[in-house]
Amino acid sequence: MSNINTDTGATPAMQKLASLPGRIFRFYLDGFRSMTVGKKLWILILIKLFIIFFVFKLFFFPDILERDYDNDTERAEAVRSTLLNR
Amino acid sequence: MDDLMTVVDWSRWQFALTAMYHWLFVPLTLGLSVIIGIMETIYYRTRNEKWLATTKFWMTLFGINFAMGVATGIILEFEFGTNWSNYSWFVGDIFGAPLAIEGLIAFFMEATFIAIMFFGWKKVSPGFHLASTWLTALGASISALWILVANAWMQYPVGMEFDPAQMRNVMDNFWEVALSPVAIHKFFHAVFDGWVLAAVFVCGVSAWYLMKQRRREFAMDSIKVAGWVGVIGMVFTLWTGDKSAVDVARVQPMKLAAMEGLYNGSCGQEIVAFGILDPSKERTDPADPYLMKIAIPKGLSFLANHDFNSFVPGINDLIDGIVITESGDTVRTTSYAERITMGKEAHEALRAFDKALAAGDSAGMDAAKADLKKNYQYFGYGYLDSADEAVPPVGMTFYSFHIMVLAGGYLTLFLIIVLISVYRYPKLWERRWWQWLSILSIAIVWICSEAGWVTAEVGRQPWIIEGLMPTRAAISAISSASVQLTFWMFAAVFTALLVAEITIMLKQIKSGKNEDKY
Repeated sequence: MSNINTDTGATPAMQKLASLPGRIFRFYLDGFRSMTVGKKLWILILIKLFIIFFVFKLFFFPDILERDYDNDTERAEAVRSTLLNR
Repeated sequence: MDDLMTVVDWSRWQFALTAMYHWLFVPLTLGLSVIIGIMETIYYRTRNEKWLATTKFWMTLFGINFAMGVATGIILEFEFGTNWSNYSWFVGDIFGAPLAIEGLIAFFMEATFIAIMFFGWKKVSPGFHLASTWLTALGASISALWILVANAWMQYPVGMEFDPAQMRNVMDNFWEVALSPVAIHKFFHAVFDGWVLAAVFVCGVSAWYLMKQRRREFAMDSIKVAGWVGVIGMVFTLWTGDKSAVDVARVQPMKLAAMEGLYNGSCGQEIVAFGILDPSKERTDPADPYLMKIAIPKGLSFLANHDFNSFVPGINDLIDGIVITESGDTVRTTSYAERITMGKEAHEALRAFDKALAAGDSAGMDAAKADLKKNYQYFGYGYLDSADEAVPPVGMTFYSFHIMVLAGGYLTLFLIIVLISVYRYPKLWERRWWQWLSILSIAIVWICSEAGWVTAEVGRQPWIIEGLMPTRAAISAISSASVQLTFWMFAAVFTALLVAEITIMLKQIKSGKNEDKY
């Protein structure tokens, strides 16, 4: 009984579960902070991800069928028409 | 739209560049994770601090490689949507399922346990940490499994039915797709190739330490683990390579013929161990296709059919319709001219379906669908004007295959010597020429691995999906200028990232040189 939080009524197990996201966040934060090799590496990774997802995907690699047609029926028609005229 | 073939060629070059860049990192991840797992297991069992230091050293290099390689594969998916939209739509259901599984299960598994592997040394129990290391290795292999299932389906399309209303191939048997022999052999071949590559990498880096006369015990311990992983990996790579060769003989015989530069097959067909092709050779020209060659009698017959006297069809035989059946019998089937006719009939049936669909004629749709189903297996041939268009680039397929085989042969010998010498003749590792050879072998193993992919992908041309869709039908209606622009952007970004990775990796290796303790 003494382990139950008197304010919330939560058991230790429930308290532990509730703090899980925070513990995971701290796990990653402490891990990144203690990295010895990774600082430059992480800068490179972030630059790479920015180039891939922001520059390449957004400006150069649209999904052509998603962009040009409103629904799957139109997309199927477009592909059928292209494949029959190649 | 520009000239169709210009767009196709640039898009293929772009895909090849991206895939080959991605494959620089993947096999090292696959193999090094296993080597690290073994090293940490030794530490877990012995609690000897030297194995902890060894594990952490290679884990750092693993981390650099993983970090640089992560997300490079996603660019291939961008290219599917932009450059190959017809293909993406045509196979969406089948290609999408393995890739979705890869993304949901394997990637998250890998991402979770890799964090524990790097950040969890003092936060979780040694047993849990060890389990995380092995689960990272398992996650990497499962990730590779689904990618290779998708790739194998393109080489050997099974487990689906074409729905002309949706214009999609709909998966009707998941297990036939996932457990196709081509997929299974390809998966194990690629994974064990990763073991070999990582083993040679560890040996080469360790040889550099020995050359600098530093950390001898660490280097020799690393070579012992790598030697075992390399030899076991090589045995399975050779075994699954043999299985893959039999698969190719059955389901992609034109690729096998191109791999050997074989135009006219025979019983007891020799295999060319080393050769130079005559670049002026035409398919119908009776002249010898080789300027010079060193051949092993009956070797190709054995490789393709496990029978020294069996018949192996050449390019001309296949065009005439002579193939080897699943049971290994040589039979005359549909010639390429007939396939082209049947492919065009399939196109006509699809055209009739299209008209019936527009008119709301259900009976007409059913009739056209039945006609289409009869010839659907040759649908892709309907795009060809002549049988010659179904022949892959023989030169590139031949040379990439032979580079892979020769490099693989060298690496087999190298790894056997590594394993024997590290226990019986350790003085070999003090010889400068051997140290240099070990370092040079790092480049050879990567060339070997990439050459394998070039063989697999160039050898299946002109098909993006074997027999069903050639690359020219798969391409989107885009301009070649836009593809050229992104090609050169990729080339620049990938080169910069590769230089950065190699610099960071070399710096990390050099920083460990002066550690005198162990």
